[in-house]
Amino acid sequence: MSLNGKAAIVGAYEHPTRNAENLSVLRLHADVAKGALADAGLTRDDIDGYFCAGDAPGLGSATVAEYLGLKLRHVDSTECGGSAPILHVAHAAAAIAAGRCNVALITLAGRPRAAMAEAQARAAAAGPGKDGKPAKPALALRPPDPDCPELAFELPYGPSTQNLYAMVAQRHMHEFGTTSEQLAWIKVAASHHAQHNPNAMLRKVVTVDDVVNSPMVSDPLHRLDCCVMSDGGGALIVARPEIARQLKRPLVMVRGTGEAPKHGMGGRIDLTWSAAAWSGPRAFEEAGITPAQIQYASLYDSFTITVLMQLEDLGFCKKGEGGRFVMDGGLISGVGRLPFNTDGGGLCNNHPANRGGVTKVIEAVRQLRGEAHPAVQVRDCTWALANGIGGALASRHTAGTLILERV
Amino acid sequence: MARKIPKPMVQAETAAYWQAADAGRLLVKRCTACGEFHHYPRDICPHCLSDATEWVDAAGTGTVYACSTMGQGEAAYTLAYVTLDEGPTMLTNLVGGDAARYQIGQKVRVVFTPSEGGPAVPMFTPV
Ligand SMILES: [Zn+2]
Repeated sequence: MSLNGKAAIVGAYEHPTRNAENLSVLRLHADVAKGALADAGLTRDDIDGYFCAGDAPGLGSATVAEYLGLKLRHVDSTECGGSAPILHVAHAAAAIAAGRCNVALITLAGRPRAAMAEAQARAAAAGPGKDGKPAKPALALRPPDPDCPELAFELPYGPSTQNLYAMVAQRHMHEFGTTSEQLAWIKVAASHHAQHNPNAMLRKVVTVDDVVNSPMVSDPLHRLDCCVMSDGGGALIVARPEIARQLKRPLVMVRGTGEAPKHGMGGRIDLTWSAAAWSGPRAFEEAGITPAQIQYASLYDSFTITVLMQLEDLGFCKKGEGGRFVMDGGLISGVGRLPFNTDGGGLCNNHPANRGGVTKVIEAVRQLRGEAHPAVQVRDCTWALANGIGGALASRHTAGTLILERV
Repeated sequence: MARKIPKPMVQAETAAYWQAADAGRLLVKRCTACGEFHHYPRDICPHCLSDATEWVDAAGTGTVYACSTMGQGEAAYTLAYVTLDEGPTMLTNLVGGDAARYQIGQKVRVVFTPSEGGPAVPMFTPV
């Protein structure tokens, strides 16, 4: 069944907090849920479907439902990392189309920055270890799952988000001649947008030189090729079109959806493409449009290379030509062919809970409603795309693509 | 080596791989139904879902598919994908030699590095 026209996004809210020292994770989920309800002009009791992923504490849907006093008849806790909220919009549209709920709430929130600071404070208070060196902060990370077989063949080698994405960048450079300067243009574009966002963590406009001269994190990715780490979150409300039309908000219709995981494929590793090469075409087919018709794109910018891969895999340019596409301001609103992440994105604005998917949809909704900052608003924005890459590009990840139309 | 290698989580399905690694041998899984090699090793072939998989001694040589060096000084280490001569590409570390000269396409051979309280772990070094 096509989901085109089966649901609309009626509420969107981004938490203004970037450091949630004094807020619990559940409080953050509640804050964003209330913000999205207020934005939609709906009440808590209108919600009959709820969607969350692994960032929701405890038993996820039940834990959040209790905190918020939700009475639900449909829940979905599809977990696929930072891309989850993008898939949740599609799943909410499917549930609405199937008659399983009328108004769905999606929340994402977390406080990794505050948790890191707390761990550092605890380590400092504990004093030096037996070897006389300061104790390392012990972060309360989940222990590795012993039933996850691939971890045995990865963890001994020290994979991190940074070095996994760095290998993708290195391979892309090797096969297509992509350069660090080209990747830097992605950060430059994000910073041009972030200067207009008072909530953005990094508001300073940077140059290509700033990016390539920033410290190397994992060869060939520099510090400014990486996204920020922030607390906060966001929420969305998806509703049956009949309900959406009764609300006093511009109508943002779900037109196309696609999702797919990509993994190690038994050792047939090819880092030159992402799962967006699968999720994108499905979304465009469902929407009945082509990439050339998209006027604004929210692309998951965990790293600059992530954006480059999505541009190619979603069909905005040919494989290998992403570097040329982003050069000279190709992604800057008002300058380039495809304005992207006009809120500053994960590279400059925020990346709440280390999962940025929800913020991608929120800025797409702002663009379609004409509510983005005037300096970055795309004129007559009718078609927008949001894409998420959850997990890690070089090992296993899930891509979700969403195409939205202002009607 | 400055960096401590975490102990791999050994399961019944992969015990033979780690026993061999601890004895200085690299095993790779092959499926007798479709003839394909795979990595990480498992009972069921990811290419055809057959359970007719067998352990084979790998040549222990391969080619760097991608690599990235992270960290400074003694803490620096190189994550890599190495494509084995048998076909599958595995996540690993490059060790030995000059890290600045590790590059895609480089020929490498397996070496075994002790882990903390577990079996030795296969890594690769320039030929
Ligand atoms: Zn097979």
